[in-house]
Amino acid sequence: MRSQLAHDQPAQGQPAGGPAAAARPVPAGREAARAGRSPLDEVFAAARAQGRAVLVGYLPAGFPTVERGIAAMRAMVAAGVDVVEVGLPYSDPTMDGPVIQDAADVALRGGVTTRDVLRTVEAVADTGAPTLVMTYWNPVERYGLEAFAADLASAGGAGAITPDLPPEEADSWLAACATQAIDPVFLVAPSSTPQRLRLVTSHSRGFVYAASTMGVTGARAAVGARAGDLVTRVREVTTLPVAVGLGVSTGAQAAEVAGFADGVIVGSALVRALATGDGEGGGDGVEAVARLAAELAAGVRAASA
Amino acid sequence: MPLAARPVVHTTSVGVGAGTVGAVTARPTGTFAESSRAAGAADQHAAGAAGDWSPARAAESWQAVPDTSGHFGRFGGRFVPEALFAALDELSAAYEAARFDPVFTAELDGLLASYAGRPTPLTSADRLTERIGGARILLKREDLAHTGSHKINNVLGQCLLTRRMGKTRVIAETGAGQHGVATATACALLGLECVVYMGEEDTRRQALNVARMRLLGAEVVAVASGSRTLKDAINEAMRDWVATVDSTHYCIGSVMGPHPFPMMVRDFQRVIGVEARQQTLDLLGRLPDAVVACVGGGSNAMGVFHRFIPDAEVALIGCEAGGDGVASGRHAAAIAGGAPGVLHGMRTFLLQDADGQTQVSHSISAGLDYPGIGPEHALLHETGRASYRVVDDAAAMEALALVARTEGILVAIESAHAFAGAFEVARELGPDGVVLVNCSGRGDKDVDTAARWFDLLDPDAG
Repeated sequence: MRSQLAHDQPAQGQPAGGPAAAARPVPAGREAARAGRSPLDEVFAAARAQGRAVLVGYLPAGFPTVERGIAAMRAMVAAGVDVVEVGLPYSDPTMDGPVIQDAADVALRGGVTTRDVLRTVEAVADTGAPTLVMTYWNPVERYGLEAFAADLASAGGAGAITPDLPPEEADSWLAACATQAIDPVFLVAPSSTPQRLRLVTSHSRGFVYAASTMGVTGARAAVGARAGDLVTRVREVTTLPVAVGLGVSTGAQAAEVAGFADGVIVGSALVRALATGDGEGGGDGVEAVARLAAELAAGVRAASA
Repeated sequence: MPLAARPVVHTTSVGVGAGTVGAVTARPTGTFAESSRAAGAADQHAAGAAGDWSPARAAESWQAVPDTSGHFGRFGGRFVPEALFAALDELSAAYEAARFDPVFTAELDGLLASYAGRPTPLTSADRLTERIGGARILLKREDLAHTGSHKINNVLGQCLLTRRMGKTRVIAETGAGQHGVATATACALLGLECVVYMGEEDTRRQALNVARMRLLGAEVVAVASGSRTLKDAINEAMRDWVATVDSTHYCIGSVMGPHPFPMMVRDFQRVIGVEARQQTLDLLGRLPDAVVACVGGGSNAMGVFHRFIPDAEVALIGCEAGGDGVASGRHAAAIAGGAPGVLHGMRTFLLQDADGQTQVSHSISAGLDYPGIGPEHALLHETGRASYRVVDDAAAMEALALVARTEGILVAIESAHAFAGAFEVARELGPDGVVLVNCSGRGDKDVDTAARWFDLLDPDAG
């Protein structure tokens, strides 16, 4: 059986430093790998000191408009979200369920651009909350990955989550992130083998994104039972904080996840709140986002009580 | 076709720089077992070849691609969510084991012969040749394979592999419906549950194939997201797969997607070129000057090209779908009108805008209506080993009508793109030349589209 680890070894006769990223020596530890702590390091350390989990909130840029999106993101920070993920709307969101797909459609039809995403990052980072971009890979590559890393850093961005960029393909991106002192965040999944957990976590900075279930984004009645096991397995191979995403939509679920993870990531539920509030139903989407964010923020604090 | 009855085929073990690495020297009869052995011999060279890989070297020692991580030069790879890595590793391991397992290869070769109708014939298109007035035109008749296209070659391989992995459910995407029909067919044959994702737009223009799939027991899901065509069907199939991967195999229909799909689908389709090369030698005592095929994702083209890659004197020509013309912006020509990028798990040429958003492709042919192209084609293009032309809707439909009237063969609109390109090539080569066209599918599914195009249903037009 050819394991992924075998894939990662350079073939015989192939010079070191070939396409296999994992063949490079794994950094001894993140403290050794970078001087100084990043904004994400700080926020996870502060939450840990308070005995609670970090709350990470996702909204796509440009939904329903760039300005309303910025208002919603700033409102959720005011309501207690610690870290913001700004989604880059993409034409082919293969890892997203219907709620985020629809929001991306609206944003793209509204003409949102990568520059608008960076402008959104800047407006949200001004609040002081560490702000990441969550993006499929092709828009970054098209923008130019060094330019993207540089412009993200200038906008005050703390890092980027790239769900369809595996560490094996990320050599240039990792170098660009290191140059700009932004944190690359990779994902682990319930199906990740121990070898892959080591590979992914050794290249992540800031935190590790643990997908709670096998599936696309979207609220679920129950967060996968495999999430707790996955967090345990991740902690066996890294000291990085572990944040759990996919399926969390209520304060109670946030509290449950905060009981075993360092961070709780909420996306689709916030998008739905914004969509419902600003949709034909009337009401105010930004207020709806703030209400849900406050409930979730109470949830991550309740877990420690 | 019991494997034991065949003489063992030895492959040339020439040095890496010597040209045809792993080329089959014994008489190739087109079985998958023999293709696998040839590829296996090449793999032994692959490690050494990968170390000093260059486009020029790759053109010579083509069997060395992809490398062990699935890269065709700078193309290919695996750009997928972490959740799918375990399944792709499992598939790679299962395929590596199966393709050298005589039980597997004998079963596949048996089905290809007794069920799919292989080998498919080579037809000398004499009236068409005369009409075009250039090189002699030969047709590789994949339209005569069971289900009416080359797609059956790949799905029989993948569905046997599905069973071997202990999975019970198969999902597939389809554009024109040819891959969906082939997958539904193989699943019926092997007792597997089958779900086919198809863009809503395509379910309308290929309604006949939707009914065929349902008759064969498959569930057809009309995908209403995005552009409602093939790329969105792939998106939806990937969303299904990530949630069901324990029990489900995603039977990708072309030489695209994350590793190992581009390699595996190529290997399953390679039989087309292996047969056609020998049939041409048997008929004419020489190789063709050019091999022409249509390219959407590019599986029929990769299938007919691959065995000819070491034959440097044979031109390999892919025909992309030009829609209303590349200049119009309404086309599906990823190489002519696209740029390198990442989509559906691979790095390749893509139609995309300045922000890296995928652009919607346009073609009268649902099967070519895709904004990307298989990564090995991207490498063939970049190394110059193959060249790619653009055939627009009008030229393809004109070719379809001409082939029907001169040869009595109603070809698929996809394949009609290859014919239109081949007519140009035949005129360029002149009467001494020979051009081999891969007639990848039959056109029954396209009668409605053709009838509208030519106004055949309007009594006043007649």
